[in-house]
Amino acid sequence: MKIIVCMKQVPDAKDVRLDPVTNTLAREGVQSIMNPYDQHALEEAVRLKEAHAGEVVALTMGPPQAEEMLRQAISCGADSAVLVSDRAFAGADTWATAYTLEHALKTIGDFDLILCGKQAIDGDTAQVGPGLATRLGIPYLTCVQKIRESSASGLVAERMMDDGYDLVALEYPALLTVVKDINEPRVPSIKGKMKAKKAEIVRLSAADIKADPACIGLPGSPTKVVNVFPPPARGERSVLQGTLDEQIDQLVEKLVRYM
Amino acid sequence: MDYFLSEEQQMIVDIAKQITDERIIPIRAELDEKHEFPRQILNEMAQADLFGVPIPEEYGGFGGGCFDIVLTVEQLGRGCIGVGTAFAANFLGVYPIIIAGSPEMKQKYLPDIASGKKFGAFGLTEANAGSDASGIQTTAVLDGDEWVLNGTKQWITNGGEAQVYSIVAITDRSRGPRGASLFVVEEGDPGFTCGPKEKKMGIRASSTTELIFKDCRIPKDRLIGREGTGFITVMKTLDLSRPGIAALGVGLAQGALDEAVKYAKQRQQFGKPIIAFQAVQHLLADMAIGIESARALVYGAAKHIQAHPKDMSKASSMCKVYATDVAMKVTTDAVQVMGGYGYMCEYPTEKMMRDAKILQIYEGTNQIQRNVIGQELNKEYS
Amino acid sequence: MLKVDKELCIGCGICEDACPFGAIQVENGLAVVGETCTLCGACVESCDVQALTLEIAEKHVQDDLQSWSGVWVFCEYRRGELAPVSLELLGIGRTLADRRGVKLGAVLLGYRLGETASRLIGHGADTVYLVDNESLNDFRDDCYSAVTTSLIRKYKPEIILAGATAIGRSFIPGVATDLNAGLTADCTRLEIREEDGALLQTRPAFGGNIMATIVCESSRPQMATVRSKVMKALEFDAARRGEIVVIDPPADLLQSRVRVLESVVGEAAKINIQEADILVSGGRGLETAKGFELLNKLADALGAKVSASRAVVDAGWIPYPHQVGQTGKTVAPKLYIACGISGAIQHVAGMQSAETIVAINRDANASIFNVADYGIVGDLYEIIPKLIAKIEERR
Repeated sequence: MKIIVCMKQVPDAKDVRLDPVTNTLAREGVQSIMNPYDQHALEEAVRLKEAHAGEVVALTMGPPQAEEMLRQAISCGADSAVLVSDRAFAGADTWATAYTLEHALKTIGDFDLILCGKQAIDGDTAQVGPGLATRLGIPYLTCVQKIRESSASGLVAERMMDDGYDLVALEYPALLTVVKDINEPRVPSIKGKMKAKKAEIVRLSAADIKADPACIGLPGSPTKVVNVFPPPARGERSVLQGTLDEQIDQLVEKLVRYM
Repeated sequence: MDYFLSEEQQMIVDIAKQITDERIIPIRAELDEKHEFPRQILNEMAQADLFGVPIPEEYGGFGGGCFDIVLTVEQLGRGCIGVGTAFAANFLGVYPIIIAGSPEMKQKYLPDIASGKKFGAFGLTEANAGSDASGIQTTAVLDGDEWVLNGTKQWITNGGEAQVYSIVAITDRSRGPRGASLFVVEEGDPGFTCGPKEKKMGIRASSTTELIFKDCRIPKDRLIGREGTGFITVMKTLDLSRPGIAALGVGLAQGALDEAVKYAKQRQQFGKPIIAFQAVQHLLADMAIGIESARALVYGAAKHIQAHPKDMSKASSMCKVYATDVAMKVTTDAVQVMGGYGYMCEYPTEKMMRDAKILQIYEGTNQIQRNVIGQELNKEYS
Repeated sequence: MLKVDKELCIGCGICEDACPFGAIQVENGLAVVGETCTLCGACVESCDVQALTLEIAEKHVQDDLQSWSGVWVFCEYRRGELAPVSLELLGIGRTLADRRGVKLGAVLLGYRLGETASRLIGHGADTVYLVDNESLNDFRDDCYSAVTTSLIRKYKPEIILAGATAIGRSFIPGVATDLNAGLTADCTRLEIREEDGALLQTRPAFGGNIMATIVCESSRPQMATVRSKVMKALEFDAARRGEIVVIDPPADLLQSRVRVLESVVGEAAKINIQEADILVSGGRGLETAKGFELLNKLADALGAKVSASRAVVDAGWIPYPHQVGQTGKTVAPKLYIACGISGAIQHVAGMQSAETIVAINRDANASIFNVADYGIVGDLYEIIPKLIAKIEERR
């Protein structure tokens, strides 16, 4: 059984700070990590591989430093990894990213299942998973919280809905995006780390995946950022003054209309 | 301080640290409260290959030595020495097989230990034989093709949770120090049962039970090494495993210092964080000095033991005494720095102080260790 | 490509400060572009010496751009209920359609839809495209996508809005991909650009720390998803007139490659903090799980629900359905009281749309005070009991 895990290297959201003077992100000392949702996707893939004697390939579209994340994936159970990297991919929106990943997958070959995290914590769109599946012409489920049964040909999964979940069955090839509740990702193993250190990461450029330049990076992105600005300042803002009791009195006055 | 670890050694430290931070620390208070064996955490450690660290490569391990185990166990100790003891005692049970077992015996047991499929335990201590190990009463008598064991072991770590037990029994009382032998007893062997779990002051996650042998029959090939070599193998086993206990002490003390400093920076009294006061600074400084010197001694001893297996005893005893005494002092001082909060169960330091005491007692009391060191000095200078 | 003119660049670093992504840095007196550049152009504008230029290949503009006309809202129907966000989107849809001088359409897929189409007209729709079929009773991505895509291809609306619900976030990206359309998720503001009538889609990025405005200049349709409680529905007007177009799609569009075996309504649905008008929220500053007992009392006094920051959910003090923030729920209550919450960006992203925000925190420098309308610095264990007492006095 061949499982591809699509992952993204992102800044560690909890360390990202706003510079109060310039209103931009203070990124010094912010670590790059494997998108947390993708960690869960990887763990689920490794569990499926262990149950069905398969192979897990970690795949990412990213800058050269994303190789570090791919090696981390190998230390946690992936068998091999592919880095799709090219300056031409810069500025890609989710449409162009899905296009790029589709072409990378066509280069990699056949697969049974693709697992992705539900969304990346920097972009937060949750669009690439469904977009990729649509391009590949395979069925997909988003927000999978549990795989109830799996076989060499298909699976039954719980996919989250706003009011609970639906239990859905499908056959491979297919794509799932997963949520954190699905599992607890494992810690890397010694054998895994040793394998990761020696692993040859496959590098694919835009030419290697036969990408049409008009469909990748900024040129390939139907959406375009035209303006970036700080969030609007809120109205009257006050840290209340006076003794504690006075402050509480003032607060209650302001809140009366909500009671 | 930089101890110039190799890449492989750093790998092991990183994995053990991740397990400690992500798996042990979040639930250590609960394990302590419920006296609960950390099976889930040990399974994760197995999956991370940590049980393979000291097992020879031909049996599925990494062929690591004393220093590699020390590095692993130091990290675990920072989290909880109850969990650390469960892990370390596993090797205590397995070292006799590695030291003296036949290739067939090693092939039978070591792969499962390396994969974490089975846990080990070591049975020496009895009600009337602690420091005076030669006073053990458990006997093993050869009856045809089987050894028959009778007796009771006391306070055995991993009792009831392990599957592979290394048991010391008297095979020929008349031969004195050459009258004991080591045997492998397996969970489920007829006549072998474990008592209920003891309630302890500390390391409550660790399982401590009696082992009861009543006409326990085991096949002849369960004898580890040659008959009569029991105490020699026991001494080598303990020499090998003591640095692990010392490392638990270093880790525990480090964890306690971390909590104390964090607290001292936050806690404001008399208009300042208390770390600004010399009295507190001096306490913390002495704690830090103790920890670093213990660490340096433990690392030095472990490396020495790896290179000079015939000259283990003094180094092993020294690092055990010093690091465990440091752990007791540092954890006590950590509670002191944290004052009332340090005493409350909501904060981890009271547990650390309760846990620390056992380090000065088990695997040879610190008094016995000083005897050993004294005797070694005597030999050295003659 | 972002190009740095080495002759003009003076290494002043203004671009470094302007970059929202940390992608340009001054090294050895010259600006150097890093791997994370998204070609947004913020630095180009900021450079005083015009040393930066953005070279982008001219985008091929879709041939039939001008022939796309109309604003559509995908209206979500499940288990006999219309999702409230659909009505909210008809509200903003009406505004956009009026601006463009075009009609507002509603797409309604499902089974046994009853009077729902009329309701949509009463809330602003001019036309309802109704597909009532048993195959659409269960939500399945492929047939919902296929039917919706075929309708869009036939009628060519220039703008399509959908709720950023579990259903919307799942199949709308598939539709966008099929149509080679740009899709912007979780928009907080939608407007029409004066000069060319394009849709300006504004959304928070990096956890709400930055607002980004996005446009699809060269392609149609322009698609956007919006979370619930961000836009406002119009009042129902029974007198509104509209057209209901009943669609009977060909069988192949209604087929699906997945089977829904069971639908389970869960506990999570019952803890619906998104429907609450007042939320009392707890964070790490509570110090122990027991802090929630105090917050429950405050919530009771105000008729509020209790929510939480991610830190305390991760610590197991309160279950995940109560979590507010980037990886939890987005809420927009009338009143949000943050107790012992530091105000990390990821949390603020989930609650900054609240009408009034109150913060109680021991740390005067906590970032939560930057978004709070009213703040009290102090020990919440001292403040909240007094607050409760005063509130009860008032009653």
